[in-house]
Amino acid sequence: MPPTTNTNATSLHSDSVSTGEPKDLTAFSCPVPLVPRERILLGHGSGGKLSAELLKDVFLPSLGNPVLDRLEDQAIVSLNGVRLAVTTDSFVVKPLFFRGGDIGSLAVHGTINDLAVGGAIPLWLSAAFILEEGLSFETLKRVVASMHEAASSAGVQIITGDTKVVERGSADGLFINTTGIGRVRDGVSLSASQAQPGDAILVSGFLGDHGIAILAEREGLQFETQVQSDSAALHALVARLLEATHEVRCLRDPTRGGLSSTLNEIALSSRVGMALDETSVPVREEVRGACEMLGLDPLYVANEGKLVAIVASSAAQAALRALQSHPLGKDAAIIGRVTADHPRMVVLRTPLGTTRIVDMLAGDQLPRIC
Amino acid sequence: MCLAIPGKVAGIAEKDGIRTGRVLFGGIARQACLDFVPEAKEGDYVLVHVGFAITVIDRDEAERTYALLESMGVLAEELAPDGVAPAES
Amino acid sequence: MKYLDEYRDARIARALAAEIKRRSSRPWVLMEICGGQTHTLMRYGIDELLGDSVELVHGPGCPVCVTPLEIIDRAINLARRPEVTLVSYGDMLRVPGSDTDLFHVKAEGGDVRIVYSPTDAVNLARTLPDRNVVFFAIGFETTAPAHAMAVLQAERLGLKNFSLLVSHVLVPPAIRSLLGSPKNRVQGFIAPGHVCTVVGCRDYEDLVREFRVPMVVGGFEPIDLLEAIRMLVIQLEEGRVELENQYVRSVQYEGNRPAQMAVGRVFQAADRKWRGIGPISDSGLYLKPDYAAFDAERIFDLADICAQEPPECISAEVLLGHKKPTDCTAFGTRCTPEKPLGAPMVSSEGACAAYYQYKRHLVTL
Repeated sequence: MPPTTNTNATSLHSDSVSTGEPKDLTAFSCPVPLVPRERILLGHGSGGKLSAELLKDVFLPSLGNPVLDRLEDQAIVSLNGVRLAVTTDSFVVKPLFFRGGDIGSLAVHGTINDLAVGGAIPLWLSAAFILEEGLSFETLKRVVASMHEAASSAGVQIITGDTKVVERGSADGLFINTTGIGRVRDGVSLSASQAQPGDAILVSGFLGDHGIAILAEREGLQFETQVQSDSAALHALVARLLEATHEVRCLRDPTRGGLSSTLNEIALSSRVGMALDETSVPVREEVRGACEMLGLDPLYVANEGKLVAIVASSAAQAALRALQSHPLGKDAAIIGRVTADHPRMVVLRTPLGTTRIVDMLAGDQLPRIC
Repeated sequence: MCLAIPGKVAGIAEKDGIRTGRVLFGGIARQACLDFVPEAKEGDYVLVHVGFAITVIDRDEAERTYALLESMGVLAEELAPDGVAPAES
Repeated sequence: MKYLDEYRDARIARALAAEIKRRSSRPWVLMEICGGQTHTLMRYGIDELLGDSVELVHGPGCPVCVTPLEIIDRAINLARRPEVTLVSYGDMLRVPGSDTDLFHVKAEGGDVRIVYSPTDAVNLARTLPDRNVVFFAIGFETTAPAHAMAVLQAERLGLKNFSLLVSHVLVPPAIRSLLGSPKNRVQGFIAPGHVCTVVGCRDYEDLVREFRVPMVVGGFEPIDLLEAIRMLVIQLEEGRVELENQYVRSVQYEGNRPAQMAVGRVFQAADRKWRGIGPISDSGLYLKPDYAAFDAERIFDLADICAQEPPECISAEVLLGHKKPTDCTAFGTRCTPEKPLGAPMVSSEGACAAYYQYKRHLVTL
């Protein structure tokens, strides 16, 4: 690509650049052509603003329908009076094996969780594999064994599948796509559009474990840690919660994009604001250490075994006790409230008592040195 | 600019001819080059920027100045226990 | 975490803020130089804590923001070459060049990799002998020693496939440029604590003497910055003009001699263009001729790559503290973190990004 050359620079700005004395630019309002977005970036998969843009600009215009348009983690459809939850997901994590899990167990847990947060009992999974030419049988067997283990522990069956092989260099070893089907519990109706001012916001435990466990093994960033991915099937924890109270408005599992993406999505969907208390958000010491070192904010780091629950304020204590009574929820906490103030914005109270926005990120959060 | 955080030196070794420390940051550990802090020893806290220790934290200075800050904090709280500032005079 | 948590104590913060309000007879205009300090001020809402007692203005302390457009374009050019592996800190990936950024180049298939330390870049060069590994070496004086060591280590290892694309800037010349401008409103400076950890305090003492403006070397946690602000306010109220050191647990007057020596061995100062501001004399570091074998600008043919700034971006005004991000007509509308017009909106501690991310709810867009 030929380099751009700066030959006859006559604009107001370049004059000021050459003398080192910036001129008054307030009168200047020439619109600048923005970088046209022609290609998919990694950021489009990170669950933040770019992902939302992709949905809005590409998928919904062509595929939109009343069920899809609700944009929940699962679709709920009725068949002869029975409500079914259906979800699909793809797993592209690298490295394939990490502390606390692998792409196989992640695939099973992630799909189950998308069903569970819709209030569904997970029943069946499909698993389609895209394998890179040259992948070792040993690796594939390990992944499949892990999926079997995760599924049987969860009481879920993998009932159908598919396999495709792509050329070397196309698939990072292995990708897995799943579909999950579950039966929605009677009387349960959960949705991101149901949050109301006054509701309590709860999380089921420590945030950021998965993202940090993955980063710790990534080339160029490696560090030593005991932190493991929190990858887990949450349907039993959800069941415990739903048994304790009927006033759960919404459940989500905050994955890519972290807690921030999830809360922002709910705030947007319900057209409410959220007020969080930073000191209440549970983060492990090691995760904090890693985030401090790399300049990351734990609120944006991925999780794979955590719940966010929005419940009516009168049910908050019962919900908290229910979560804490289960091994996967023992570190649960109430971290804030839904509010009518600053609708569609998530605002955080800092440890100093001041406020700042918890914005949805554009793409992935990157380590920084500045 | 200059994201540098304090960590505790847990061990020192020579790697590829470079004096390297295993530094702990709140439960995680990373290797850091100690060539700029030849006086650093195990147990010291160093400030690490992009994998290089740029200073040893001066414990005495830190304690001295923090004690002053602490007493300021305590005093302020005694005067206004609810975090409400006293009326301007 | 020791030496971090205690400097985030709410009770001490409140006490310091109350003290600043009590002592300040007018809204003194104070500037912090370093982007990391800007980040802390925004993240902890220090301006909210201080109200009208002082006016905080943010300086050009973001090497990401001030890296000249053509250096970004040169990095992009290199990253597009099939034989080059471009290694960078995460900060630089989304900074817009003339027509794209490194993130897009990665999407197009360019071999762009993120590291935490320049040591990781040297190790990559060792493990990839068939690739030309170019490390995008940006930063202030704080990072220069690490980059110097990377070059020295590569030399010791006899690496033939490792080079640096250097964009180092020095702080004192920028402050000189700022203070020398008739538009300058800044009455007191918080000097960059990590830069001073490396280089010491002498340069800043000289600036205080030359321009008769008080300065306090400040750390990066909320208590550090509040304490530095308190010290500045007291100086201003008492009519003193000195260099004081708040960050005593890290900064010594002489700085870090071994680090300075490493920099002196490998780098030399020369004029450097700052993005959005223009050329500032003796404000940049370049590799010495002895290390030409590690200088990407000499190894690769990059001289033709020059660039032009988008006129709407007022980063110059913002970086020098003449305007706030919210004064920009494009702030939050045509210029956002997803579609930035200039670097201060991209860098995580660029003033515009900080305002957008943390303070948007206080501004009607």
